[in-house]
Amino acid sequence: MHRIEVFLKEQMPDARGLGLVRDIHDLGISSVSGVRVVDIYWLDADLTADTLELICRRLLADPVTQEYQYDKPHRYSQDKSADNCHSIEVAYNAGVTDPVEATVTKAVDDLGISEVRAIKTARRYLIQGELDGPQLATICDKLLVNPIIQHVVTEEPVAFPETPQYEFSLKELDIGEAGEQFSFSEDETRAITVYFRKLGRRPTDVELETLAQTWSEHCVHKTFKARIKLNEEVIDSLIKNTIMKVTEELGKPWCLSVFSDNAGAIDFDGAWALCFKVETHNHPSAIEPYGGAATGIGGVVRDPLGTGLGAKPILNTDVFCFAPPDFPHHKLPKGVLHPRRIFKGVRAGVADYGNRLGIPTLNGAVLFDERYLANPLIFCGTLGLLPKELAPRGEQQPGDLVVLVGGRTGRDGIHGVTFASEQLTEESSTASFSAVQIGNPIVEKKVIDTLLQARDRRLYSRVTDCGGGGLSSAVGEMGAVTGVRVYLDRVPLKYAGLSYTEIWISESQERMVLAVPPEKSSELLELFAREDVEAVVIGEFTDDKRLKLFYQENQVGDLDMDFLHHGIPQVSREATWTPPRHPEPDFDCPDDLGEALLGILSSWNVCSKEWVIRQYDHEVQGASVLKPLVGKENDGPGDAAIIRPVLGSETGAIVACGINPRYGEIDPYWMAASAIDEALRQIIAVGGDLSRVALLDNFCWGDVREPEILGALVRAARACYDMALVYETPFISGKDSLYNEFEYQGRVISIPHTLLISALGVMEDVSRAVSMDFKQPDDLIYIVGTTQDELGGSEYLRLNGFTGNRVPRVNPHQAKRTMERLSLATSWGLVRACHDLSEGGLGVAVSEMAFAGGLGALVHLKPVPLGEPISRDDAVLFSESNSRFLVEVAPEKETDFREVMRGVRLAAIGQVTDSTRLEIYGLAGRKILVESLKELKEAWQKPLRW
Amino acid sequence: MVKVKTLILRAPGTNCDQETAYAFQQAGAATSLVHVNQLIRREEHLFSYQILVVPGGFTYGDDISAGKVLANELRLKLGEDIRGFVDRGGLVLGICNGLQVLVKAGILPGIDSGKEPKITLAANDSGRFECRWVYLRVNEESPCLFTQGISRLYLPVANGEGKVVADSETLARLNVVLSYTDEDGNTSPGYPYNPSGSVADIAGICDSSGRIFALMPHPERHLRGTQHPRWTREGAKEHGDGFQIFLNAVNWAKKSL
Repeated sequence: MHRIEVFLKEQMPDARGLGLVRDIHDLGISSVSGVRVVDIYWLDADLTADTLELICRRLLADPVTQEYQYDKPHRYSQDKSADNCHSIEVAYNAGVTDPVEATVTKAVDDLGISEVRAIKTARRYLIQGELDGPQLATICDKLLVNPIIQHVVTEEPVAFPETPQYEFSLKELDIGEAGEQFSFSEDETRAITVYFRKLGRRPTDVELETLAQTWSEHCVHKTFKARIKLNEEVIDSLIKNTIMKVTEELGKPWCLSVFSDNAGAIDFDGAWALCFKVETHNHPSAIEPYGGAATGIGGVVRDPLGTGLGAKPILNTDVFCFAPPDFPHHKLPKGVLHPRRIFKGVRAGVADYGNRLGIPTLNGAVLFDERYLANPLIFCGTLGLLPKELAPRGEQQPGDLVVLVGGRTGRDGIHGVTFASEQLTEESSTASFSAVQIGNPIVEKKVIDTLLQARDRRLYSRVTDCGGGGLSSAVGEMGAVTGVRVYLDRVPLKYAGLSYTEIWISESQERMVLAVPPEKSSELLELFAREDVEAVVIGEFTDDKRLKLFYQENQVGDLDMDFLHHGIPQVSREATWTPPRHPEPDFDCPDDLGEALLGILSSWNVCSKEWVIRQYDHEVQGASVLKPLVGKENDGPGDAAIIRPVLGSETGAIVACGINPRYGEIDPYWMAASAIDEALRQIIAVGGDLSRVALLDNFCWGDVREPEILGALVRAARACYDMALVYETPFISGKDSLYNEFEYQGRVISIPHTLLISALGVMEDVSRAVSMDFKQPDDLIYIVGTTQDELGGSEYLRLNGFTGNRVPRVNPHQAKRTMERLSLATSWGLVRACHDLSEGGLGVAVSEMAFAGGLGALVHLKPVPLGEPISRDDAVLFSESNSRFLVEVAPEKETDFREVMRGVRLAAIGQVTDSTRLEIYGLAGRKILVESLKELKEAWQKPLRW
Repeated sequence: MVKVKTLILRAPGTNCDQETAYAFQQAGAATSLVHVNQLIRREEHLFSYQILVVPGGFTYGDDISAGKVLANELRLKLGEDIRGFVDRGGLVLGICNGLQVLVKAGILPGIDSGKEPKITLAANDSGRFECRWVYLRVNEESPCLFTQGISRLYLPVANGEGKVVADSETLARLNVVLSYTDEDGNTSPGYPYNPSGSVADIAGICDSSGRIFALMPHPERHLRGTQHPRWTREGAKEHGDGFQIFLNAVNWAKKSL
């Protein structure tokens, strides 16, 4: 056993350490002056000093910046506390697979050293500064160690765990007793009892696990398919009556694959198809933000890869909902991580995984509300590109082989699916340790690279990803129409000791399942082997419509596919809806609205997210046309992202999103309508049009067994139908995450109803794109659309401590006409800049356009077209009415612009100036605001300049 | 007409291979994406090509340190082949992770004989991954043939370990090709213009022959006008700044066909 320490030379700045110092200061501990990080490698081997030298010098330590030592006491040992150096060593828990260990093993082998049996890594933090015991414990607890995956090393040397053994024995269970353990409902337990009674035998554990996975909320969306009673009305399947119905009624020929595959697919340009999916990874991210978010990205990337015959992932989107980062530490419930730590961890997880996969992260949003404290929401989306003819889902033939490709199977994420469908409690973070895993993006990257080669050689007939529910869901679903036999002992394992059931339901990452015609299997296996990707035949498809599982020579499961996939009893639920009444705001309109504007710009929801965006690679793949940050200094907030997915073609794909949970507190119907309008506005603002826009829905809701909460869901889903029908924007895929609530000291905290709408548009000619930054002094500023007295749920009211009741509504007929006209104006080159009005309304939009363009603006509220009489300046300036845009028009284009926009309510409200300030005059012609661009921008950038 | 053949090297974690291949194709070359295993197993041979490219990515996850594992693989398993390739007049280009790999493999600043590198790439001073556009000045006195006729460049960087570190003796002998400047071309611009904190603002270096060149920024991400972050304000040129680098390489290699 050898222990190697690698550390930076004294004079080298330690970037990791500096980041930690900032984090420690954020905790309110200011006495720490520096942190140095030491990398530790444990080698299970007996090596000579020469060999160890070689490993250190040529592999583990950088000769220019680092030093090393081995088999010596720590260079900085604990007794150094005399000069205030505190040393903490952190290692991964047994069972957590650290990707670095695999790399080091390979690299040591490359050096020609083959006698190393195993490698473990650890990290030692040397913290400089006067600290007492509790402070050190706080640093460990809040920053260095997550007990879910790590521990502080107190005993040396680190023990390499013994290889555990598994002895086969078939486990049969009594359904009556086991029902609760598997979270089956009474109806489900009854159905299962009847099924096995007919067979005259008891179910095995793996059979019940399979049913539990397949019938989980996460996999079958029981609530969305439930029979819901709302007042006197009965809705037989919400999803079929709203989201799916509108797509069917619209019947767009460019919808190639909807609601039937891992992602929805549309025709891009006649030769290529785009597929799009957004998933959530909420619960795992709440307890281990880094790993949870990383596996969230890894999971959603495999959705396009497992759509049709496999799409190349070309763009990622991320939307996060957290509690405010300034939430007081002392108010944090036990077992809950601080929002700042969750935010930083999630960001790092998404970046480390997404960047390594080489997929640009080009779109997203970050929202804050205290009710996300224990239940952060992590939405990850991936866009994929594939030849159009490969977009329909593949079909296997009986006799085709089941091939498992990619990562090995461990005890990772067991029961992740059922976990995702449950309420979190204070104990969740300890009880659910096995639900979290560390992803290995390079394994996934290798799978993507090789799978797409296999696709292009047509070496398989069908593909799906191994996600929630593991093999159970993936193979179970694939085999539904034919039948399948799986030999569980053939699945490659990370370590021994897994039972057949664990193998079947493990959610280990980076795995895909293929159906492979036998005559193509040797070429396929060879292709994967060439790039060191593990691919193994684990079974074959049959024609008996049964799921049969084997372990060694024993049959351990045998289920009828029809029962597995259609035997679940429909759930019945009650829904009610009572419109809430919030106190009406009762404050006077301030004479000067500058302070309010600065306040909104620096609110967590509105402020710049540049800190996040820059840590994601948004340029990889070389396709970006409109980036997330735009303007004179590349730091203004772009509305939607545009890429050219096919290098050499001018056709663009536009990705946008809409979300505003605050409106849902007043009415989830208008929240959903607003989210759709917002996503579409962004597409129009960058120069897109409505002719080919597809939508995705992601509902994150509380406990839908509560009738009021379910009633809110029904209202939101209905708005989706109503709006999409008029805009003619079909839904192509979606996902829901329910039961997002947290029990704390006997009180249930439910998340706000949250609906994320993601939109995907196609743009024929990307050279028509416009950005939101002002470009030319003396240009005219037009407001397009009608302003209503709609401050309900607005950032302005929030700033003043109110929610209000006048939530922004949508008139989709009018909105559609506005958007169509504006698209036309842009395509004719009549629009120099365009920005949609959302949080903070006109005030925020004009500020952002001004400081992004580095140009001033002079604006009058008097000409703003109003839909109802409004007498207050603040209401006009900060109303969040939907379907509105600010447009910069060159004076010489004004006549043409007005001509094209005929029939749409609009008005010139001012002009771009070459000054360095924003000046706004109110309804009575009085100056109500003068602020310098510098101050506006500073207010907007400061909060998240971490 | 015979085309210049470019080998784009792939390894686990390479992720800029396709757009780099596209850049060379636009410049008139034929390209092959070749996995490092194929070279090691002698299924593919460097001598069939005129240009070798180590593109961007996170090879082997950048575990241990960025590019280190692939660097060792090249040094130990393909060292002789690469030496032969360069001796025969082949061109080598490294982009981002490619620079990290070529430096840590001892191929840049110049192929040595197994000596320990005196220059390296370290974590950015900001402690963060940095995705942003940078202004670059080309050292017109450098022998680098990839940058002939270019004086300024505007390209994106995207890395977490882009900080060039070397002692003063090494620096004095280094063939610096690219250095970070501010938008007006001024030197010593500071962060974020020099996003990594590179010593002497170094963004790209070459060997003494000028045929081995590597840089942290990504020229393959600025081939077209619409990739410029401000093309919607400033207008889109037909070609982006990065294109000339590929054109220079292909034109030079053509002469030796």
